[in-house]
Amino acid sequence: MTAAPKITSAFDAEAARRDFAILAKPVYGKPLAYLDSGASAQKPAIVLETMKVFAETDYANVHRGVHYLSGAATDRYEAARRTVQKFLGAAREDEIIFTKGATEAINLVAYSYLMPVIQPGDEIVLSVMEHHSNIVPWHFLRERQGAVLRWVDVCDDGSLDIEALDAAITARTKLVAITHMSNVLGTVTPLAEIVKRAHAKGVPVLADGVQGAVHEIVDVQALDIDFYTITGHKLYGPTGIGALYAKRKHLKAMRPFNGGGEMIREVARDRITYADPPARFEAGTPPIIESVGLAAALDYLSGFDRAAVKAHEHDLLTYAREGVRELNWVRVIGDAQTKGAILSFEAEGMHAHDLATILDREGVAVRAGHHCAQVLMVRFGVTSTSRASFALYNNRADVDALLSGLHKAREILAKD
Amino acid sequence: MDNSLRELYQEVILDHSRHPRHYGALESATHKAEGYNPLCGDRVTVYLKLDAGNRVADIRFEGKGCAISQASASLMTDLLLGKTAAEADQLMTGFLHVVKGEPPSDLPEDARNHMEVMAGLSAFPMRVKCATLAWYTYKNAVEEGSQ
Repeated sequence: MTAAPKITSAFDAEAARRDFAILAKPVYGKPLAYLDSGASAQKPAIVLETMKVFAETDYANVHRGVHYLSGAATDRYEAARRTVQKFLGAAREDEIIFTKGATEAINLVAYSYLMPVIQPGDEIVLSVMEHHSNIVPWHFLRERQGAVLRWVDVCDDGSLDIEALDAAITARTKLVAITHMSNVLGTVTPLAEIVKRAHAKGVPVLADGVQGAVHEIVDVQALDIDFYTITGHKLYGPTGIGALYAKRKHLKAMRPFNGGGEMIREVARDRITYADPPARFEAGTPPIIESVGLAAALDYLSGFDRAAVKAHEHDLLTYAREGVRELNWVRVIGDAQTKGAILSFEAEGMHAHDLATILDREGVAVRAGHHCAQVLMVRFGVTSTSRASFALYNNRADVDALLSGLHKAREILAKD
Repeated sequence: MDNSLRELYQEVILDHSRHPRHYGALESATHKAEGYNPLCGDRVTVYLKLDAGNRVADIRFEGKGCAISQASASLMTDLLLGKTAAEADQLMTGFLHVVKGEPPSDLPEDARNHMEVMAGLSAFPMRVKCATLAWYTYKNAVEEGSQ
């Protein structure tokens, strides 16, 4: 008798669901269909357990004490940095800066990299589908230093207009700041091509990888990208931690962001020198337990066949897309060819918040609103949309619950 | 079907949101304010014409947003028209009690009956701010919106 062939490429979503205790908890007596992972993902048991055990066995402040626990905690913190390095494909561990999230990571680049060099009239190129976290820090430079924001449109299907982006990069461009995957449209941008075109004109590129890193396999070296940001809580990890990847050459030239403990080399009454990266950018006590949780989350995610996870999520997206296609009163916003597992839509005669309230009572958690993407809302002539976002633990039953909830909402709200 | 949903989105509410009363700009407004909830994008502009005795001689609103925010604004214009500032304050206090499911304050019976359609909101604490937007905007118009 021969052993059954080992299936290595399949992804068992039902088994993965069991790693997330919260998914078994009913809401309003209904099974939970959690379709808001784009806002924040649920955490698997291994992440919560790892954080707990670390706190119970190896916790102390990092990089400070000479005692045993401080050493143990420092080892774990630095090991977490290497886990992020590996996850993003970075060449060196000191190219990973821990931040409290992607927002802080982008602000760090704005403040430490761009602010010291940008002159009035210099340009920052960004797309209309950026999240506010990849808009507002650049607005600061517009308001305070006279930088010019050059907006690149998306096509009607939500795909990036790469030629428009290329044309927007001029001799005055100092940075291209672009999402890897839109949190509203789901559009995955052609980062390698964007970097190629920007670099051809000597312009560095920052990618907001908050959604992209969850659904795509990222290799910052292959992309040759300058800056890439992630946040832990959307990667099945804890809140309060994220990371900035930046090329070593940029980090070495960047001034500090926050000032405080741990980021200095020497402080005197009348002079100061700073630590090398990454410490230079990690003032104060960092999110230590969270770093260990983030590493556990990345290990958890990397433990799956990522391509199979992506195929699973894409199957859910397609299933949902086909489901709403039959509803002529639902309009999907964002139908790009390269689209990750996010479905935004408007339903005729229903405001997104009313719809979300009704779906909620059916156990279906969706996001409703402008999704921190007001520029994009204006582009598509809407004030808000409803958004279902899919994670590895979702299944077709979740999509069925969404579709049935849509019918109920129409029955309540859009009756004549 | 969840009864609390039926109560929240009852016919009167949907009717107010689809056919809002006193809708549009008011050229002769003496007071005006814009209310905006940046979290959900609900917008309400309240126009008031206050007479010499601070009575609401005319009221209009314009807005965009969810059914609750627009219905509440419409209902408010019905309630406030012809009222003095003191009466309006009393109505506002009463309304806030009704939507939060708190013990009702002293309210004229007809006003209370009018507001009763909003009582279903008390089961939806996340949505109370939608209903109160118009009222806070009214208050803001009176206090700071002199034209």
